[in-house]
Amino acid sequence: MKKPVNIKNAYEYGFHKPDEPSFKVPVGINKKIVEMISDYKQEPEWMKEKRLKAYDVFKQKPLPLWGADLTKLNLNKLCYYNNPSQNKYKSWAKVPKNIKDTYDAIGVPEAEKRFLAGVGAQYDSEVVYHHLKEQWESLGVIFTDTDTAIKEYPEIIKKYFGTIIPATDNKFAALNTAVWSGGSFVYVPKGVHVTIPLQAYFRINAKAVGQFERTLIIAEEGSYVHYVEGCSAPIYTTDSLHAAVVEVIVKPGARVRYTTIQNWSGDVYNLVTKRMMIYENGVGEWIDGNLGAKVTMKYPSLFLVGKGARGEVLSLAYAADGQHQDTGGKAIHLAPETTSTITSKSVSVGNGRASYRGQVKIIKGAKKSKSFVRCDALLIDKTSRSDTYPTNEVAEEDVNLGHEASVSKVGEQQLFYLMSRGLSEALATSLIINGFIEPIVRELPLEYAVELNRLINLSMEGAVG
Amino acid sequence: MKSLEIKNLHAQTTDGKEILKGVSLKIKQGEIHTIMGPNGGGKSTLALVLMGHPGYVITQGKIFLNGKDITKLTPDKRAKLGLFLGFQYPVEVPGVNFANFLRMAVNEEKQKKDQLSPIAFRNLLLEKAKKLSVSDEIVKRMLNEGFSGGEKKKAEILQLALLKPNFAILDEPDSGLDVDALKYIAKTINALDFPLGLLLITHYQRILKYIKPDFVHILLKGKIVKSGKAILAAQIEKDGYENFNS
Ligand SMILES: Nc1ncnc2c1ncn2[C@@H]1O[C@H](COP(=O)(O)OP(=O)(O)OP(=O)(O)O)[C@@H](O)[C@H]1O
Ligand SMILES: [Mg+2]
Repeated sequence: MKKPVNIKNAYEYGFHKPDEPSFKVPVGINKKIVEMISDYKQEPEWMKEKRLKAYDVFKQKPLPLWGADLTKLNLNKLCYYNNPSQNKYKSWAKVPKNIKDTYDAIGVPEAEKRFLAGVGAQYDSEVVYHHLKEQWESLGVIFTDTDTAIKEYPEIIKKYFGTIIPATDNKFAALNTAVWSGGSFVYVPKGVHVTIPLQAYFRINAKAVGQFERTLIIAEEGSYVHYVEGCSAPIYTTDSLHAAVVEVIVKPGARVRYTTIQNWSGDVYNLVTKRMMIYENGVGEWIDGNLGAKVTMKYPSLFLVGKGARGEVLSLAYAADGQHQDTGGKAIHLAPETTSTITSKSVSVGNGRASYRGQVKIIKGAKKSKSFVRCDALLIDKTSRSDTYPTNEVAEEDVNLGHEASVSKVGEQQLFYLMSRGLSEALATSLIINGFIEPIVRELPLEYAVELNRLINLSMEGAVG
Repeated sequence: MKSLEIKNLHAQTTDGKEILKGVSLKIKQGEIHTIMGPNGGGKSTLALVLMGHPGYVITQGKIFLNGKDITKLTPDKRAKLGLFLGFQYPVEVPGVNFANFLRMAVNEEKQKKDQLSPIAFRNLLLEKAKKLSVSDEIVKRMLNEGFSGGEKKKAEILQLALLKPNFAILDEPDSGLDVDALKYIAKTINALDFPLGLLLITHYQRILKYIKPDFVHILLKGKIVKSGKAILAAQIEKDGYENFNS
């Protein structure tokens, strides 16, 4: 699929040089550190102020008392800014063997392996990307990293940054606002349809993957864009906290689909706040898959603020041994005739735990709104766990609300049937799992779906028999 | 000579209900054996136990496939040794594509270099499906999901035709089929392009018009109470099982 590009050419397209001087702030978090980050990035004063205000909020906010267990997360022991180039040149030899084996088994191309493992600054089909970039630019589409956007498009950033998810929203949104770095900025002008998905994966470089990404997407009236980030293959990281914020604005009649697959390796706490503001007759869709990390807390939200706005969340969680995936979705209906659907599928393996946490809120006056929530859990082992925490707050009577939930174990009859055709227990189990998540996987770009299937086969081979 | 041999098989459910009470049978390659018997006699249980269903425990007796003791093997191992079960009630597996699944199963038996590509397999599948009058749609569908009764039965035979086992147990492949479907199924079985020993479980003589059994056995209350030639089937159709009771 993607060919590695000659590094020399890559620089011309605005990528980091590997020998960029490394920079790292001291461990811990305080006002000084926040200032250091902002100064290092040579940011305008207004951004620095935003960061500092957010830091104050962060200090005051308690950790959430619900959700996954965060007591082992020591926020004072983390490093909050690490110049990307520093991470990148660890040697391939240091990457754990199981990660390398996984890349081989799921068929990650050689050039991508190093990138995913955090060795080597950039890989990708830069030439392809560059070509696409010219097309987008001719349409007025902006697709860049957020740090660059601050400098090149300050007016747009000033207008929207933090308006969908204010720092006061929650402790980790505040933390992200204070120390954010990287992430993507996408702007699609009125009426423009971006036909090829914007893949952060394509142009991924040191800046696009980070601990505290900040992503902002603005789709003007009647426009369309599909943004894709992450990948099914495990991303090797030694960071222990990933706290991203994603803000999406869907103007009247526009449509935005945001697809993420995250598979952090190791002991990562993945605490992400994602929200879409959807105006009149707009459509917003979150497709969110979580496979890795030790703890994930992520509930992509739909704020349906305009009449006839529609939103959908498709959430996929795979909780392997030792993992807690606390995921779900939120739909807040603030206008009449708004529609939301939340579909969650979770698979728990070994002593893995998957929790569905969802909220549907319909305010008084949001007449003729509809919401449907469906969550299905599949348990593979006796020690696997799943729970659901749905909450509904409905203040309007003229609405239509549905909820369905199911928990199933891998069926003995299904397993026997598949095995009677010569498939091993591991293969049969992974077929059943892949079948279970198929309704979500079929919405993913092909290469993600393929990798995901292989990954599940692989994890079953290790788990069964 | 290849054979499937069942010696004094006793089996019970995992919670201790005894169902098979000493079944013995030997099927040689190329032979067709039919098992008939009243509802609840233990026919399906025998089929499932032969294939290694984990819901039953063998308390006595042994099963040999081509001389190898398979009594303790898992179902996948039995399948790999050449055993096939056509289910009375095939289960639905949501989200698992029929064609992909079957290709996987077919390739599982083969060396890497002989494995069929998706396209080669698809063509093969469509060719066999046509012979069974199964719609081309089959390549898009999920494993047994939403299949009609007849489609499920045909899909089992399709799997048989592609997996090419040495021995097949077909549990009521004819029930619930219309006249035409029955003919297609029988024709496909008769036209299989590999040697097969067949254990055919049925309630009706009509399939035996197309598939001529060498032997007919009557299974009642967990035991084979009588064995004979094809004529026995006709007798039963006329007189029922009453004469065998007691
Ligand atoms: N897992 C089980 N648990 C409890 N009882 C069982 C189980 N499996 C089979 N039985 C019982 O064993 C007996 C034999 O069942 P089986 O399905 O083998 O009959 P059969 O001969 O195939 O009948 P049919 O002609 O109706 O298909 C029945 O009484 C059935 O209820
Ligand atoms: Mg039966």
